[in-house]
Amino acid sequence: MEPLSWFEILARIAQQLLPVWVALVLTYALSIRFKRRLGLYGKLFDSTVGMIGFGIVMFWLFVALFANFIVTHDSLSQVSGMRNAVPGSALRDPRDLYPYYLLGGDSLARDVFSRMVMGAREVLRIAPFAAMISFMIGITLGLPAGYFGGKLDTGLTFLANLVLAFPVILLFFLLVAPEIQETPIPRVMAGILFLVPILFVTVLLNARFFTQPAKRNLYVGIVLAVGAWAYVGLVFNADPVGLWSMSPNLLNVFVAVVFVNAPTVFRIVRGITLDIKTRDYVAAAQTRGEGPWYIMLWEILPNARGPLIVDFCLRIGYTTILLGTLGFFGLGVSPESPDWGSTINAGRRLLTVYPHPALVPALSLMSLVLGLNLLADGLREESLRD
Amino acid sequence: MLLFLFRRIGLMLVTALCLTIIVFALTNMPAKLETLAKTQAGSRMTDAEVDRWLERNGYASPMLVRYGEWLGVLPGWVRTEDNGTVTGRCVALRGTAEAAGERCGILQGDWGFSTRFRAGVAEVLTARLGATGLLMLWVLAVMVPMALIVGILAGMREGSRTDRALSTFAIASTATPEYVSGVLLIALLASSTVGLSPLLVSWGWIDGPVLFQGNARSALDDITFSNFTLPVLTIALYGMGYVARITRASMTEVMTQQYIRTARLKGVSFGKIVVRHALRNALIAPFTVIMLQIPWLLNGVVISEVLFSYPGFGWTLYEAAINNDIELLLASSVVAVVVVLVTQLISDVGYVYLNPRIRIS
Repeated sequence: MEPLSWFEILARIAQQLLPVWVALVLTYALSIRFKRRLGLYGKLFDSTVGMIGFGIVMFWLFVALFANFIVTHDSLSQVSGMRNAVPGSALRDPRDLYPYYLLGGDSLARDVFSRMVMGAREVLRIAPFAAMISFMIGITLGLPAGYFGGKLDTGLTFLANLVLAFPVILLFFLLVAPEIQETPIPRVMAGILFLVPILFVTVLLNARFFTQPAKRNLYVGIVLAVGAWAYVGLVFNADPVGLWSMSPNLLNVFVAVVFVNAPTVFRIVRGITLDIKTRDYVAAAQTRGEGPWYIMLWEILPNARGPLIVDFCLRIGYTTILLGTLGFFGLGVSPESPDWGSTINAGRRLLTVYPHPALVPALSLMSLVLGLNLLADGLREESLRD
Repeated sequence: MLLFLFRRIGLMLVTALCLTIIVFALTNMPAKLETLAKTQAGSRMTDAEVDRWLERNGYASPMLVRYGEWLGVLPGWVRTEDNGTVTGRCVALRGTAEAAGERCGILQGDWGFSTRFRAGVAEVLTARLGATGLLMLWVLAVMVPMALIVGILAGMREGSRTDRALSTFAIASTATPEYVSGVLLIALLASSTVGLSPLLVSWGWIDGPVLFQGNARSALDDITFSNFTLPVLTIALYGMGYVARITRASMTEVMTQQYIRTARLKGVSFGKIVVRHALRNALIAPFTVIMLQIPWLLNGVVISEVLFSYPGFGWTLYEAAINNDIELLLASSVVAVVVVLVTQLISDVGYVYLNPRIRIS
């Protein structure tokens, strides 16, 4: 068979991505229709930059969600004769396989397009959750540090600065290594890091509902049960049902990324808290006799949401970059993993002769991070407007 | 001011001490020592042989003791073999048993021995740091003016078309990490089969097969435009966007100030307002950010030096890390941490000098 022309390649890719287009059109139609009722999210659709950013992010999110329908080949299987095949090459002997490698083959004769799609899933499975856990840790430590001040603040700030003074890359080299995975260090760190979100939600609900013990007991009970279940699965890999699990590799990467991100979030939250705690509504709550955790979590935190939401978007992007860095140095991922960083690393050896295996994931990663940055920019613009 | 400096330097020392203990602990874990023994003395060693090798080379004493030895506050280990030869930490470093003193750590100026490069850590690092210093010099020379120009042009007239275009460019550059921009630049400019180079060759515009070289190893002897452009650009592009955005934000803020309006009403031309009145005040924030950006560039330096195989500090750090070269890794992390802390100090002190509204009392 003839290799495809660039126009045919694009048309076929667009056809493979059909579920993504449908989902995107639906999201935009619904959001624009009801944008006045959707708060900050609805206002996003007033800004062009924000809309473009949101579009790119949702595109990758839907690609990751529908990856199973989009891929043309298995991301690990090798097809003979397709080593370093140029984009649009036809398979020699397709049988029941998709007859073309749309974006060519890599140095191990695997389909670049399918690996890119599965790579999106790898990245979006970790980055938002790592950013979320970092945020919960940063908030849980940053609020009391800013609100109470004193020795607690000095101690926590010193610790945060200590981690921040570490060059990120050195920390990765030290922390994400096969030898470290055999020691209890990642488990212990995960044990501490994952405990914080459970504590955060428990305190959050307790501070709100402690006057209504029945409700409080119910909510806190549910959170503790689900939290303990997830905790056992994620940290000890011992979930009886098997819903929550993390391979030692993944846990190691996750812990390292959270560890790098949390101090920055801590500094941001602490700064905002220092500013907000002098406001009148905080003084009013203190006069009413509210407890410190209620004031921190239900008076200060909601009023700090603007900058935090913006930073959350940026942080997912930064986490994506960090994951790519880890992949690029071959740290903490299995060699055949389709994540973008390791694919770039694998493709760079033959870069000057066959650029496509490295270029495709490179451009994907760049577009996702760009989308997140544009989204953050749009959100900042719109949240400043009120 | 002096008291402030002393306190900051004291804090720096405590931080550096904490960080080196962490690095020391992480590089000296039993599993890592076993890897080191196997890479040094053969991969098919039995556990007993590994233990003996560690014992013979002074890795068997408790970790804190060895940290003290490395620091130079505890005497280095000494062993007398059955045949009477004396081995020890200081003996290996200083050559002979007679010349060896009791202590030999970084306090005495002994940085140790690199197992990867089979040379003293100090000489390995000084050579590499020189190479990286050159790289950083060019990166800053490209990055800072470019970032300031982009930021000032964008912030001069907020909301204009120039502002939109330049801001998008700045965002795009912050979204392109070094390993992406490096790959893009190599594919575009340094490949003889794809990108711009074959086109330029066919037009007869360039002599060689490629416009720029994708390998910077030759830059160690002789820096040329063709072998140094890509590594420099790769690092500079990622750092540039952030500085440009800060400059823009600070510039837009200054342009709304009263004194700018006064100058305008006096009839001063727009160009003069920007250069004479706005620029000085607008550059305070970018200065601190540029200083704080230098430690971030370290990341880029490692990636770019590995990608373009330029044997500088970043490349050495990478080699030390993957080979678990403990003493080289420790020395590298000391250098990295000192760079971070010193730039923080300079940015704080510089901020006070540039901004007359802040005084340290």
